[in-house]
This record gives sequence, structure tokens and C-alpha cells, in this order.
Amino acid sequence: MLLETLRLALQAIFRNALRSFLTVLGIVIGVGAVIAMVTVGQGSADQVTADVEKLGANTLMVLPGEDPMGGGPPGTAVPMFSLRDNDAVDEQISSVAVSAPISQIRSRVVFGNENRQTDVVGTDNRYFEAAQWEFALGRPFAAAEIQSGRAVCVIGETVRDTLFSTRDPLGETIRIKALSCEVIGLLKSKGASTFGSDQDDFVIMPLRTFQRRIAGNTDVSVLYVSVRDGVSTDRATEEIEALMRQRRRISADEEDDFDVIDMKQLATMLSGITDILTGLLAAVAMVSLLVGGIGIMNIMLVSVTERTREIGIRLAIGAQASQVLLQFLVEAIVLSLVGGLIGVVFGLGLGFAGARALSVPFTPDITIILVAFAFSAAVGVIFGYFPARRAARLDPIEALRHE
Amino acid sequence: MSDAGSQSPLISLSDIRRIYGQGATEVRALDGIDLDINEGEFVAIMGPSGSGKSTALNVIGCLDSPTSGHYLFSGTEVANLTRDQRALLRRHYLGFVFQGYNLLSRTSALHNVELPLIYKGMRSAERKREALLALSMVGLEHRAKHDPSELSGGQQQRVAIARALAGNPRVMLADEPTGNLDTKRSVEIMEVLQRLNKEAGLTIVMVTHEADMAAFADRLIWMVDGKIERDEPTRKAA
Ligand SMILES: Nc1ncnc2c1ncn2[C@@H]1O[C@H](COP(=O)(O)OP(=O)(O)OP(=O)(O)O)[C@@H](O)[C@H]1O
Ligand SMILES: [Mg+2]
Repeated sequence: MLLETLRLALQAIFRNALRSFLTVLGIVIGVGAVIAMVTVGQGSADQVTADVEKLGANTLMVLPGEDPMGGGPPGTAVPMFSLRDNDAVDEQISSVAVSAPISQIRSRVVFGNENRQTDVVGTDNRYFEAAQWEFALGRPFAAAEIQSGRAVCVIGETVRDTLFSTRDPLGETIRIKALSCEVIGLLKSKGASTFGSDQDDFVIMPLRTFQRRIAGNTDVSVLYVSVRDGVSTDRATEEIEALMRQRRRISADEEDDFDVIDMKQLATMLSGITDILTGLLAAVAMVSLLVGGIGIMNIMLVSVTERTREIGIRLAIGAQASQVLLQFLVEAIVLSLVGGLIGVVFGLGLGFAGARALSVPFTPDITIILVAFAFSAAVGVIFGYFPARRAARLDPIEALRHE
Repeated sequence: MSDAGSQSPLISLSDIRRIYGQGATEVRALDGIDLDINEGEFVAIMGPSGSGKSTALNVIGCLDSPTSGHYLFSGTEVANLTRDQRALLRRHYLGFVFQGYNLLSRTSALHNVELPLIYKGMRSAERKREALLALSMVGLEHRAKHDPSELSGGQQQRVAIARALAGNPRVMLADEPTGNLDTKRSVEIMEVLQRLNKEAGLTIVMVTHEADMAAFADRLIWMVDGKIERDEPTRKAA
């Protein structure tokens, strides 16, 4: 009899093809939208988390600040750092593992017929340590090269790709403005950062070389600080602030004229933003689930009149109420299953495409899939079953008379 | 269903009332009906429109519950049966032809006729054979694959008759089964019913407006205003 019920249910489904199609469509949209959105949201969140870890959660950046009075034209009055400032931070503060001096500009680099607009950075080997760069080819700077400001450079993967494509870059000479510079090293690629910027798009040379041959000054614009493991970044920040105030002769009643930026705070802020985004996506997804559910509900309720007569007919020719209800239940379950499965496939496909488009990882979440599926199935079953139950409790003649 | 012997009637209505609404809008569709029908009888019910013929048939068919009174089917008080027991009674003993056909839409004539057999638990192949046989009795075997919407009113009516016959019931309850048929078709259907009545002992209760059709029955009941006014053998039976 169960098999016969299944057949009756399938017959009814195909008999009401349009109604069945719309029901399935409602479920597909509800389930699909939820899965797609939450999958993409989850992927983005994962991406940010991974990026934050890559960024180094214990990194501080020390930058010259704005004019504390806020009065003069921008850039006046606030002095840059010097190499000695960096070395003081590096050597005198015990909570600092390593501090690297950084100066940089944007410039065109040329090799043969190829050229690229990129970041040209002056620093020393401490930067490779602080930012955890590894070498794919070649070597870091030699002490003599740093001391004398030799025209040598280490390039990132993106620059290598543009200028050299398949050639070996080591030993080749690239031109930056008036400077001709020998490539002695290539860094391992880190890929895109959280903000989507290409971290491998730069050329690095000794600080002295940069200062003399490119910038024409002795400024250091950023201190890139890596805090010792096990020490809080807050403590390191305080110590750096105290040292810099002293070195820059800032009296007790004056504001700092520099900033210490904690990358961890940036990371926290970023994951806060993605949390909000994921929440927003989830809310939109819930709405679409609800809309899908209301769609299913409408279709089911609209068909109640016709179906009530059908129930009347079946009861009149000898069906028991339980048999009719079983048929309706099976019908609703079959529609919900079909719609749910298509919806899951559709949602995963959409989520996959979305993750690809945003280049975030594709991490489908089984909980969300189950929740979306269960919700739609429940809507389908409840609104397919309960009107039927009401009808099956009538005298057959009343069900038949239903207008 | 206990069989209470041949002398007690198959269908026994006593003081049956079916009242719709209350107070000023009260309608007494059945107003104290006493009626015994024996197994094997062919009964015609006639009367003016609104006199309660369909209501009476619905009560006999266990499709409607009377407001008061006693209805014994084969000696059993129907009001004491559960809904499921009444469904089984309809399934195994009764065949019903509705005044408005009540076929399943978007469903072939064949499947409509098969429906009662499905609930009887008949296997697919046998079911199809029985359904086709019933359709051929009403001259519609060539329309088996057609949906009701593709059939004329008269053809739909014949599908409804075939559906009632297919279940091989003990009692056939037919509400104006020939209302939409021409005389020739009507007479053919009546002859089928008459043959089943005579040869298979099928009990038939038929509502009709046409005296010609009522003449096929053995007994004629005349209803007015929810009451039985006359109950007599037809001229043919007399
Ligand atoms: N659901 C209902 N609610 C209220 N009144 C009803 C209902 N069904 C029938 N009636 C009334 O009960 C009375 C008997 O109706 P019934 O359908 O039995 O008449 P009938 O003899 O079959 O008429 P016809 O020859 O036109 O088919 C009528 O007055 C009708 O208006
Ligand atoms: Mg009537």
C-alpha cells in the first residue's frame, strides 16, 4: 500500500505539474540563496582570518604623525625618522624582536622593453626577518652592500613576472629612474593581501642606496616592528612611544607627533567588518528563505479548494482519511526533497562561482545546508499537509461542496 | 457488517432528518424519512427540485450525516461507525454516481475508474482490466485515455457511472445518472443497470427527473419538501 501511495502521490504531482513546479521553485530559491550567500560570506571571513595571520598579528608600524597643532600646511613641522631612530627601537627596547627602517616611493622600473610601475623600497635585511619574507632565488644584501649603498636589489614575484617572464632574473640589471641596479634575489610570493593589493609588487634595495640615489635625503618614513613572541603589543607600543617621545624631544604637555599602529587592531577591525558582512548576508539569506517559504505556502493554500474537492472524491469512493493524508504527506515530502536537493546543488554551484569571482575559499557549511533544507522542507510539508488534514476531517459531501 | 438475515432490509431509514442552518434560515432538506430498501431492489426516487432527493441519497451513501434519526445498513447503526469504518463501508459495499459527476480533473477516464479499485487494494493489471470492462459497459472504452475536460457532459456522466460500477458494489446510488444523456444512451445505461440488478442482484437507488427512466425500476418513491409522499411499485413491476 505504501508503494501504491507513492504512486498516487507521484500521479498527483504530475497531474498538477505547474503547481508542483512552482512549489519546487520556491524551495530551490530559498535553499539555493541561503547556501550560496552563507557560503560566500563564510569564505570571505575565512579569507580575512587567513590574511590577518599572514600579516603577522604581532607587527607594529611606527609612522610620523600629523602636525599636532593641526594648523600649518600638511607635512610641515613633523620630522621624519632617521636610521638612528630605527636602530634605537631595534636595540634598546627589549620587547621588540626586530625593527626595520623603511623608505619608499612609487616609480617605474625598466628591463629591456618591459617596464612596470611599482613600489621601490629602501630598507635592510631586518625587513625580510620582520615581515617574514623567504627567498625563492638568490640572497639578501651583504653587509658591505648595505654599508656602501651598492646598486643591488631584491625583487618581488610580480615584478619578476612582468620584467623577466621566463628568464632568470639573477645578475640582470634593471633601471629605476637614473639608477641601474643588479638583481641579486627573488622573494617567494605571498599573494594578495586582505585589501586585495598585490604584496609581491615591489623592488627592495639597501636603505642607503635608496636615500642617496632615489630619494636624495636621509629620511626613514616607517619603522616596521616585529614584537617579541609572548610580549603584548600594548607593552611594546608603550615602550616605543616613550622612547620616541624622548628622542624627538616632546615635552610632557605635548601630544605625540607620530603614531604606533598595531596590525592586530587592524586585524580585529577587519574581522569585525567581515562579521558584520557575514551577518548581513545571512539576514538577506533568511529573507530569501522566508520569501521562498511564503511562495510555497501561497501555492499550497491557493490549491486547497481544488484539493479539498479531490479529497472529497477520494473519501467518497472509499479512501480512509489516513490514506488520503499519507498521500498528501508523501506528495509534500517528495516535492520538498526534490526542491531541496536541486536547491542544495544550485546553492553550492552559485556559492562556488561566487567564491571564485571574489577569489575567496569555497567552504560549504553542512549546518547551513541542513538548516536551509529542513526549513524549506518543513514549510512544504506543513502547508501541504495541514490544509489537507482539515479537509480530510470533513464529511465527504462537505469536502465535495467546498468552493 | 453483520448480515442480519434475508428478511431484514439492507437499508433502513427511520425518522431521518437533515436540517441545514438555524432559526429563520433553517432548511429541512429531510424532514422525517422512513424508508426500507431490501437487497436486490431497484428503487427510483422522484420529486420536485429541492425536495431532498440528493440529500437522501447522500445520507444513504454515508457521505452526509443526518441531523437526527436512525440509519441501519445491513442491520448496523451507521452513526455508531467510526469515520474509517464508514469509509470501508463505502469502499466495499457502495457505488456512488454524483449529480455533478465529481471526476478528478487532469486525470484520464481510465484512472478515474481505477481509483476505487486502488483503495480496494487491487493489483495494477487486474485493476486496468476491470476499469476497461466498466468503461465498455457504458460504451466509453475508446475514450479511456481522455481527461474529463476532453469529454462531453454525457461522456463524463458515463465515466462516473463506470467508476461506480467498477468497484463491483452491492448497492449502487445514482443521482440523476442520465440527466445529461440523450434518450438512446439513457435507455442503454438503464438496460445495463437493469441487467446488473436482475443478474447480479445489484441493489440500485436512483434519483431521476424522467418518468421513462423511473419506469426501469421496480419501485418508485415520490418526495416533496423533505418527506416521502408516495412509495409504490412502478407500473412495470405491478
Ligand atoms: N449545504 C446546504 N446548505 C443549506 N441548504 C442546503 C444545502 N444542501 C442542500 N440544501 C437545501 O436542501 C434542500 C434539498 O436539497 P437537495 O439537493 O437534496 O434537493 P434535490 O431534491 O436533489 O434537488 P434537485 O432535483 O434540484 O437536485 C434544498 O432546499 C436545498 O436548498
Ligand atoms: Mg439533487
